Amino acid sequence: MPEKNTYPVQLLQPDGRRVWDRVHTPLIADVDADRLRAMYSDMVVARRIDTEATALQRQGQLGLWPPLLGQEAAQIGSAHALHADDYVFCSYREAGVAHCRGVPPEDLTRLWRGVAHSCWDADAVKMTNPAIVVGAQGLHATGYAYAAHLEGAEIATIAYFGDGATSQGDIAEALGFAASWSAPVVFFCQNNQWAISAPVRVQSATPIARRALGYGIPGVQVDGNDVLAVLAVTRQALQHARAGAGPSFIEAITYRMGPHTTADDPTRYRTDAELELWRGRDPIDRLRRLLERERLWDSAFEHDVDERAAAVAARLRAATLTMPDPQPTELFDHVYATPHRLIAEESREYAAYLEGAGR
Amino acid sequence: MKTTFAGAINHGLRRALEDDPKVVLMGEDIGRLGGVFRVTDTLQKDFGNHRVIDTPLAESGIVGTAFGMALRGLRPVCEIQFDGFVYPAFDQIVSQVAKIHFRTRGKVIAPITIRIPFGGGIGSVEHHSESPEAYFAHTAGLRVVSPSNPGDAYLMIRQDIALDDPVIFFEPKRRYWDKSEVDFERLDRDGGLALDQARVCASGADATIVAYGGTVATALTAADIAASEGHSLEVIDLRSLSPIDFDTIEASVRKTGRLVIVHEAPVFAGLGAEIAARITERCFYQLESPVLRVGGFDIPYPPAKLERHHLPDPDRILAAVDRTLAA
Ligand SMILES: Cc1ncc(C[n+]2csc(CCOP(=O)(O)OP(=O)(O)O)c2C)c(N)n1
Repeated sequence: MPEKNTYPVQLLQPDGRRVWDRVHTPLIADVDADRLRAMYSDMVVARRIDTEATALQRQGQLGLWPPLLGQEAAQIGSAHALHADDYVFCSYREAGVAHCRGVPPEDLTRLWRGVAHSCWDADAVKMTNPAIVVGAQGLHATGYAYAAHLEGAEIATIAYFGDGATSQGDIAEALGFAASWSAPVVFFCQNNQWAISAPVRVQSATPIARRALGYGIPGVQVDGNDVLAVLAVTRQALQHARAGAGPSFIEAITYRMGPHTTADDPTRYRTDAELELWRGRDPIDRLRRLLERERLWDSAFEHDVDERAAAVAARLRAATLTMPDPQPTELFDHVYATPHRLIAEESREYAAYLEGAGR
Repeated sequence: MKTTFAGAINHGLRRALEDDPKVVLMGEDIGRLGGVFRVTDTLQKDFGNHRVIDTPLAESGIVGTAFGMALRGLRPVCEIQFDGFVYPAFDQIVSQVAKIHFRTRGKVIAPITIRIPFGGGIGSVEHHSESPEAYFAHTAGLRVVSPSNPGDAYLMIRQDIALDDPVIFFEPKRRYWDKSEVDFERLDRDGGLALDQARVCASGADATIVAYGGTVATALTAADIAASEGHSLEVIDLRSLSPIDFDTIEASVRKTGRLVIVHEAPVFAGLGAEIAARITERCFYQLESPVLRVGGFDIPYPPAKLERHHLPDPDRILAAVDRTLAA
């Protein structure tokens, strides 16, 4: 990892033209037509998952949803850099990464519908469930990475979090531990410019990637709406980790085009002009322009991607609508791994109460 | 004036900012956005961003810097966005803020108010519905209060900010949109009930129900149903969770002989246990039956689809009332 380049790395301009970069272009030399199309397809699917889940929330089928609209390149580009046995620690906004990890659509909404506190089987896809407490996962990723390192496993761990999270002690402490242990962890900050209503300048007076430098961790800024650049810098950071060279920090500069969550009203704190500016940098349009320029685009492909996205959305909707409510007895399941007198007693008493009350 | 619970706190904060230039508000998203529950709506516009401060996203930072400000004479009012996010600030609250007066043998005060929307009933995701009051009530040096209605919300936030001790101010979030008539002028003039006093909000003869925060309204509903079935319940709104006004509870229990305590926090080692023990000491010979508790189960706050089972509802309260009346 280069120590000092905190300029945003860019390999793809908004008009779809490639940028040649001595350090980063070679990192994506193997990216062929199939891979470009696969990334495009995943970005469209991620957006469709988001649109569908947002609609489900508006229809009262989900309690809440945190939209990823606008962050597709940051999520899909970084996810495509991961190996199957790398481990992902995420926040609550990484449905696009989850899709790339192989999380089936029917597992994406369980938590948001309020039927469980988790969504998918974490170890099956090597990705944790949404972390609601901001920043906590940075430390978990560091510990996991170090444990894997002690075992001699050649895997890397990646932690996703937002710009706001960098203000939390947990992220600062994670950087300190990772540097101290030279842990194979990649800190991936999606700087989407806002932490609910707080613009990034409330969190940091310096480019966020620079903060890592103070810990002795190389930090790089990347154009987060450029899927190729994100892929390149994430590959580089993961290689660095797997090679035993320690942690690194990526700041993907992107934009959350929707509300913070479906409970939020962004018109209270940001302008239409700002939104328009970023609409012009739409990550999906950008990759589409590249595909068109390089004659990798045709209507058959477009149709194929649309069908794929529609199928995922339909599966997501059907699964959400038919998700059964948990039984009241499940309240007491899994509080402890071993039998526990108090829980056993409460569970018995409540079952008797329900029975007596004729429910 | 008819006002919501959130509106009443907003008005109280506004008056505090007007009356005392030392008062500052700080927290995540409290400025432009007016807080995620809009409790601080318009205050930054009217008082400026040096008095209504949008902080970085860090709870330990919020309380720790508030502590520093207090050392310099300010009276910070911190907002923690949700109950489940107070834990990063726990160390600052219990090790620093709570202890400074004792540690300095009275030389230093920390007049900090920490506002926390708490409790469930709004169908939220995890970490957004917790009742952490017992952790704070267990810490010497802190006062802990929880209003249950708009009038008290206004009165108590004002008393609280004026107090020289640190106060944890729990706002029952499912009551934010409850409306009632509040006579702000009269409260300002008369001072109202003292911050550490409980209130008898329904009088009755057969049993006493003690509740606080979000469960007071539930207890009152239970009392209404009980009345239609021929039982008269006395309902006490605790208001202050540390210290607790045991005198008011004792007087009631001496009259009714029966006590049921209701809270949505897990029952084990919760405030109900403390109340039951003290009242048993004070009223052993007046009690006609064992003190009962109705509360949350001893589990992590469950997913939204199960919270109606976890939260005490009128039926569960009445089942306990039946048990105590039968004994
Ligand atoms: C410890 C903690 N404090 C507060 C919150 C409430 N909250 C949820 S998300 C959020 C903003 C997060 O912003 P950022 O880290 O930039 O990530 P983004 O949501 O923009 O992806 C806040 C304040 C929380 N979840 N956890």
